[in-house]
Amino acid sequence: MIVVEKKPPKDPDTAILERFPKQAGEGLMGKVQARALEQFMRYGIPGKKNERYKYTDVAEILAEGYQAVTAPEHHDFRIEEIFRCDIPTLNTWVFTVLNGFYFEKEDHLQELPGGVLAGGLRQAVRERPDLVEPYLDRYASESSDGLAALNRSFAADGFFLYVPDNAVMEKPVQVINLIRSDREVMVQPRSLVILGKNAQGGLLICDHALTEKRVLSNAVKEFYVGENSSLEITRLQNEHNSMSDISHYFVHQGRNSRVTSTMISLHGGMIRNNLDVKLNGEGAENHALGLFLSDREQHMDHSLFIDHAAPHCTSTQTYKGVLDDEAEGAFEGKILVRPGAQKTEAYQVNKNILLKDTARMNTKPQLEIYADDVKCTHGATVGQLDTESLFYLRSRGIPEYEARMLLMYAFAHEVIREIKIDPLRDRIRELVDRRLRGELPRCHTCFVDYQK
Amino acid sequence: MEKDQDKILREVTDSEYKYGFVSDIEMDMLPKGLNEDVIREISKRKEEPEYMLEFRLKAFRKWQEMEMPHWAHLQIPEIDFQDIIYYASPKKKEGPKSLDEVDPELLKTFEKLGIPLEEQERLAGVAVDAIVDSVSVKTTFQDTLAELGIIFCSISEAIHNHPDLVKKYLGSVVPYNDNYYAALNAAVFSDGSFCYIPKGVRSPMELSSYFRINAANTGQFERTLIIAEEDSYVSYLEGCTAPMRDENQLHAAVVEIIALENAEVKYSTVQNWYPGDKDGKGGIFNFVTKRGICKGDHSKISWTQVETGSAITWKYPSTILKGDHSTAEFYSVAVTNNFQQADTGTKMIHLGKHTKSTIVSKGISAGQSNNSYRGLVKVQKGALNARNFSQCDSLLIGDQCGAHTFPYLEVGNKTAVVEHEATTSKIGEDQIFYLNQRGISTEDAIGMIVNGYAREVLNQLPMEFAVEAQKLLQISLEGSVG
Amino acid sequence: MLKIKNLHANIEGKEILKGIDLEVRPGEVHAIMGPNGSGKSTLASAIVGRDYVEITEGDILYMGESILEMPPEERALKGIFLSFQYPVEIPGVSMVNFLRAAINEQRKYRGLDPMSPSDFLKLMREKKKLVGIDSALTNRSVNEGFSGGEKKKNEIFQMAMLEPKLSILDETDSGLDIDALRVVAQGVNALKRPDSSTIVITHYQRLLNYIVPDFVHVLYKGRIIRSGGKELALELEEKGYDWLKEEYENSLNGAL
Repeated sequence: MIVVEKKPPKDPDTAILERFPKQAGEGLMGKVQARALEQFMRYGIPGKKNERYKYTDVAEILAEGYQAVTAPEHHDFRIEEIFRCDIPTLNTWVFTVLNGFYFEKEDHLQELPGGVLAGGLRQAVRERPDLVEPYLDRYASESSDGLAALNRSFAADGFFLYVPDNAVMEKPVQVINLIRSDREVMVQPRSLVILGKNAQGGLLICDHALTEKRVLSNAVKEFYVGENSSLEITRLQNEHNSMSDISHYFVHQGRNSRVTSTMISLHGGMIRNNLDVKLNGEGAENHALGLFLSDREQHMDHSLFIDHAAPHCTSTQTYKGVLDDEAEGAFEGKILVRPGAQKTEAYQVNKNILLKDTARMNTKPQLEIYADDVKCTHGATVGQLDTESLFYLRSRGIPEYEARMLLMYAFAHEVIREIKIDPLRDRIRELVDRRLRGELPRCHTCFVDYQK
Repeated sequence: MEKDQDKILREVTDSEYKYGFVSDIEMDMLPKGLNEDVIREISKRKEEPEYMLEFRLKAFRKWQEMEMPHWAHLQIPEIDFQDIIYYASPKKKEGPKSLDEVDPELLKTFEKLGIPLEEQERLAGVAVDAIVDSVSVKTTFQDTLAELGIIFCSISEAIHNHPDLVKKYLGSVVPYNDNYYAALNAAVFSDGSFCYIPKGVRSPMELSSYFRINAANTGQFERTLIIAEEDSYVSYLEGCTAPMRDENQLHAAVVEIIALENAEVKYSTVQNWYPGDKDGKGGIFNFVTKRGICKGDHSKISWTQVETGSAITWKYPSTILKGDHSTAEFYSVAVTNNFQQADTGTKMIHLGKHTKSTIVSKGISAGQSNNSYRGLVKVQKGALNARNFSQCDSLLIGDQCGAHTFPYLEVGNKTAVVEHEATTSKIGEDQIFYLNQRGISTEDAIGMIVNGYAREVLNQLPMEFAVEAQKLLQISLEGSVG
Repeated sequence: MLKIKNLHANIEGKEILKGIDLEVRPGEVHAIMGPNGSGKSTLASAIVGRDYVEITEGDILYMGESILEMPPEERALKGIFLSFQYPVEIPGVSMVNFLRAAINEQRKYRGLDPMSPSDFLKLMREKKKLVGIDSALTNRSVNEGFSGGEKKKNEIFQMAMLEPKLSILDETDSGLDIDALRVVAQGVNALKRPDSSTIVITHYQRLLNYIVPDFVHVLYKGRIIRSGGKELALELEEKGYDWLKEEYENSLNGAL
């Protein structure tokens, strides 16, 4: 039987390569970059025929002529002068990445209690290649995503976190990704997070653009979570409408590990979040949650790929969206159960509410299953608030507007309640409430002076 | 009904594909290959008017520019379109068709298939259009139906006798350039059924097409057109079988349905093309485009399909809900065993206001087969109060097969309520054991559980078909447990 | 009718039955009692042939023939019936079709023609009356949406339809209120024939007020530690299991 190969992707948009230096980096990073560039040449920028990009035209965004930031810039300010997190009660270790490069507090990796190492990826490559080499790009290089490959071809820095065996982080690490420029720039940070065996950690990732210019971020983050370890990832996106934020989260899990990720997208002109999870050891568990609230012409697209590569693994995905005005949303959630991944349990839910006729939602939950002893379900809905419930609340004297708010809040609550960091959960609850009431026009609360 | 079911449960001992025989019928064939001359020749042999030849050539030229679609979850071997015979017809005498003039071997064939063409032995209340390879050999009950104004004939006859209807509607739902296989069909289709239900008429009997591929190396390209005028109703059935052959044979059909105001069309298929042998050798490639349009307000189109045959199935019976308050349904059971592959589902395109669609899909995979549901529910901006509910379940029998679900929900109106649910699970060992304990063999137990699982869909079929379908489900799964 | 000889059985590698000897003659009613986890349900499962029960030693003879190698359906056709402790729901499979298939399989096994639909319906009506099961239930899918009591009644109804030689009632009383219990027990008694035998597996004595056993066996830690007449059940009701457990443990210690 001659098998007809699927059509090769069209030639990569070589024009984009002109924005980057011709020469690959040196050493370990250079090796990774060179291989990634080959992959990028093969995959190219994903077109609309690419199933994972069916509802988001990234070629159009990339064509807009952003200048790539390819080296760290010299700064004469301290980070506190330009940015302050607005949750003062948040007790975290804070690290900053500016325009894709680690904003150095010290010129070497910091050691946190328990032997935890944190700092810049470049620092880590330089100081601890022994820790970096076995992991960097291992899982990301399995992806055929052209945009991830573009990042991997040129990204030179970002955040690095290493939690050794048996270490339990006493408080979460907070990574603040900032973009600040007076030009229209494209930044490509790349991060690496490693948890050894029996380790525990928490990570809060905040993305902010401290500029009103149009900017584009194309980020890659890899998470390797070893045997019996657990990691909580919370991400808060609160960005303005000229921001295009593309991110690729690659989560690779070992035996009996557990990862929970919660992505809250409050604002952003164009948001595209990829989450690829590989459950690579028996008994691994992954819980992925997401909530996005969009209005005006915002475009928010979440694409999940959950790869059950080992037996006895469990995954759940709960993604919810509220779309107002001319907002457009997309969700894709693919669950792959590989041959032999018996006793898999995978449950996926995607629920969306359209508030205006001009809003649009496309959703595409997918099951691809090659093992029989599995329990997999997915469900997706697009609709409005339940009219029966609305009537019930109103019949108890609650005004329609408040009743709607209550129901929408209840809708969002299913995701928010999973956030484990209390002050963060309270803050997000408040932000969501204000966002739903239209009182949070855009990201402005968490920085003091973006013009500086 | 119960008696029939009883019979079925006893009859399931023959595990071979029982329709795999070849009939020795004298055939009139064109040589292998496809070019404009072949198309002209098909049109000439069918004595078609000029407009049909133009339609065919337009489609052929378009087809040459197109590429085979590869988006489905299918591994399709290369198809040499020049290695196929595009026209094969059982030889017949001149003059109008009467039963005496049909080749007796052909009558025997249909008897063997359980489709008697002699009206005195008719299937209770079913009119049949029997199509072998490229042409319709016999349509029963035409006179009875004609009294009510119902036209039920081969599409070739319709092209000659009802040109206005054909010109108006042929290609109106599935345009000649719709997709690769539809374009190919438009270029070379040789026959098919035509059905017209006039205003206010409810068809008193089920109308049915029975398709049979007999000749080797041929493709079958039939085209069916159903037009239901205002306030009319028809239930239409389609069945198909083919001999067992080692090579693959291509079946690329097009079905178009037009339902006008308040009309209802129920279209049922029991697809039992030869699936290939246990090692995946041979079998039919079933690449079919079926689409209906609920053109008028309050119209309804209901698709029911039981897919057990074919080596590869690529098929998405769809409905465009254009009329306000129109309704569409899609009920499907698809069984794949051994090396069969199926990528099947539906599209529901909501355009009108207050439209409603329901999708119920039950996939059953066994052996080393792959079975995918692929469906699109699209609610356009102006489609106020659209409703869709989809339930897509997959059942796995054995750990070598695959079951996949690929729904697409595209919603552009806030008043829509679109819900999709899917589950995938293994056949219940405790259920099998329970039946075993009551003395039922594992094979029969699987048959019963699968039939129970598919009940919601089977219930949609007209009774004669439901019985046939139950039997088929069980036979298709034979040998799926070790 | 049934002879169990030195039966040892494992579940997932763990030994549950540690040498059971039991003989049930035609016409007898045996009660098997014992605390939770003593192996009662495992014994029932072993008799009907659940594949997760691994027989490591001993034999089960039914009508003089070893049934260990027999598939469960064959055991059923030979007349062994289990009333399940937790009857499973089978959506979409109608009670009528399910029972007809079961009846006709039996008839085929006995060399009889299938039952005509009218005879079958007549039989159903008759048996429904006998066990007092609601007609609405038999029109549904097997056990689907049935309450606990309805499921148990449905088990007895099936028993009535299939007329087994050896009936095993596995905790048929659990989850039943006293009225339902009486109805179920009356059904069982009405079905009793001089040549048929019954094994009643139960934790409590109360079912035995209605289905009077000829023999009572106490199962504990995979062994029958005491057998006696129906008065043993009453004694257990009064004194509980502890005194027997104690006696048994002491005898073990003594043996050491």
